[in-house]
Amino acid sequence: MKNSFILRNPSVLIFLGVLALFTLGVTFMSEATGAGLISTSFVKTLGKTLCLCLIAIAMDLVWGYCGILSLGHFAFFGLGGYMIGMWLMYERTRQIVTLSMANAEIPPTDQEVVDAIGSQIFGVVGSSDFPPIWSFADSLPIQLALVLIVPGMLALIFGWLAFRSRVTGVYLSILTQAMTLALSLYLFQNDSGLRGNNGLSGLQNLPGTDAIPQSLISIWFFWASALALGLGFLLASWVVSGKFGSVIRGIRDDEQRVRFLGYSVEGYKLFIFVMTAMIAGIAGALYYPQAGIINPAEVAPIASIYLAVWVAIGGRGRLYGAVIGAAFVSLVSTWFTGGQAPDVPLGFYVVKWVDWWQVLLGLSFVLVTLFAPKGIGGLFDLFEGIRSPRRHGAALGPDQGSLQEKEAQE
Amino acid sequence: MSTLLEVSGVSVSFDGFKAINNLSFQIGQAELRAIIGPNGAGKTTFMDIITGKTRPNEGRVLWGEKSQSLLKMSEAAIARAGVGRKFQRPTVFEDQTVHDNLLMAIKNDRSPFSVLFFKPKFRDLGRVEELAAEIGLSDQLHRKSGELSHGQKQWLEIGMLLAQEPRLLLVDEPAAGMTLSEREHTTDILVEAAKTRAVVVVEHDMEFVRRLNCKVTVLHEGSVLAEGSLDHVTQNKDVIDVYLGR
Repeated sequence: MKNSFILRNPSVLIFLGVLALFTLGVTFMSEATGAGLISTSFVKTLGKTLCLCLIAIAMDLVWGYCGILSLGHFAFFGLGGYMIGMWLMYERTRQIVTLSMANAEIPPTDQEVVDAIGSQIFGVVGSSDFPPIWSFADSLPIQLALVLIVPGMLALIFGWLAFRSRVTGVYLSILTQAMTLALSLYLFQNDSGLRGNNGLSGLQNLPGTDAIPQSLISIWFFWASALALGLGFLLASWVVSGKFGSVIRGIRDDEQRVRFLGYSVEGYKLFIFVMTAMIAGIAGALYYPQAGIINPAEVAPIASIYLAVWVAIGGRGRLYGAVIGAAFVSLVSTWFTGGQAPDVPLGFYVVKWVDWWQVLLGLSFVLVTLFAPKGIGGLFDLFEGIRSPRRHGAALGPDQGSLQEKEAQE
Repeated sequence: MSTLLEVSGVSVSFDGFKAINNLSFQIGQAELRAIIGPNGAGKTTFMDIITGKTRPNEGRVLWGEKSQSLLKMSEAAIARAGVGRKFQRPTVFEDQTVHDNLLMAIKNDRSPFSVLFFKPKFRDLGRVEELAAEIGLSDQLHRKSGELSHGQKQWLEIGMLLAQEPRLLLVDEPAAGMTLSEREHTTDILVEAAKTRAVVVVEHDMEFVRRLNCKVTVLHEGSVLAEGSLDHVTQNKDVIDVYLGR
């Protein structure tokens, strides 16, 4: 198969190999399945990081390849988390309630059980009735489907309205910010039905796994996240490798020209927007059980801006760049904000990284955008350029004076 | 000869300025036509109206055997109906190879799902080779089109237009920035294309128009001033006054 997908895209194989090695390494160093060199909480951090890498792939598809600077993809991420969180919270509360009621003299009716679950879950917001959006919370398959459907539908409606009116560029970015802000403000209300600013909590406890230690559960989620990231990378590379990739990169570079070729630009944008929203939903559904809690602050506008920063620092327009950016920046950020980074005493002032990290991040974003627009991923070009300037002996231009291959560096 | 495109009584104004004023124009199934006119005569706006980029204030634009109105259709739908357009400044996708540029333009189903599962068939690849040979880019297929010279980009764009298999080709100043031999090649391609389809060429350069050897429409202040052979219109007194006489 000279023309097979893997051969045409060697980076896919390399990426999957590195991911597999990383997964194995973490597995053999974890507390549950290995030597116990890394703590359960760090396994969770790594698992969460993989989910962030997955949403970074989605961001790279929509921004790096299709040119839509969406600053609202964390809304879809959060919605995915809420959808799975509803089932986790309902099912676990149901088990606790059933257990505590089992000793009652009169066996509880189904309605009594549901009421007891309701007052357990919604007690904090002064209510005990299930709002309509919890109708399917007792069914895992339906809530799993909603992880895809809810972000997908929101993206479909929002995208249809925005793209149809030909809103582009910075105006679209502002609209997406408004969308995620509106969602977050709505979720903050107690009567939104999702416990207001308390959010959903206790998500790290899988129902029916009380006997299984968190160290093992964290490894399961780590594997699931790694699998999702691998599949997401495969899907995204397949999407961008063929003619579809050509068309969306065309839309990024010259939308009007694509339109005059007969492609419905709006349809393509909508397709990629909805698809990436669903990927973001899956990433969120894997992230929040590892985080243990989700609240409306997670979908605040700043989260989506961070996402764009990760992709920019990693190198937009290449999928592994987005992954590297998300992993690198979010891990470094954990290190700096976790109080582990040593303070820098300047004599007259002590730089505390917890406070200064944001400044450093902002500064590096500006510097990368100005001086290294290819981001961290651009470093791979440097290595590759030294190895093989793939110009097949041709000069850089047709004229006599143009740069020749010997002079050229890719 | 039946009519392919009929534009009648079209007017469009921008902030009170009448860019096109009661313009009527028609072209047959296989015809080469040159449009000339001074700057601001409305040549580009005229193309914008046909391709759906600008909506006229009044008038009709009818297309094909069924006399379908183009005014309600989107740009993409008009392009799929068979109107191809070449812009003044060459617009190719510079980040992509010549091969990818041509493959994207080749006539095929344009809906997102079928493009997603698209695998180039033998016929498509053969067509890419054929077109590349026609526009003289056979040995450049795997170069990024951004590395091509200006003239080569112009040809690549013409190749992409031919790949779309349009029934009407609108070409805006194809010879701009080309050398003499490149111009001759371009003339050949256009004359050849006009044997099977309608081709409208907007051009400033009289020598180029003379070489096309076709019917000429002179635009002035948004409407047709004269129409006929080049010799006919260059002897027209109005034309001499407003255009050639300057």
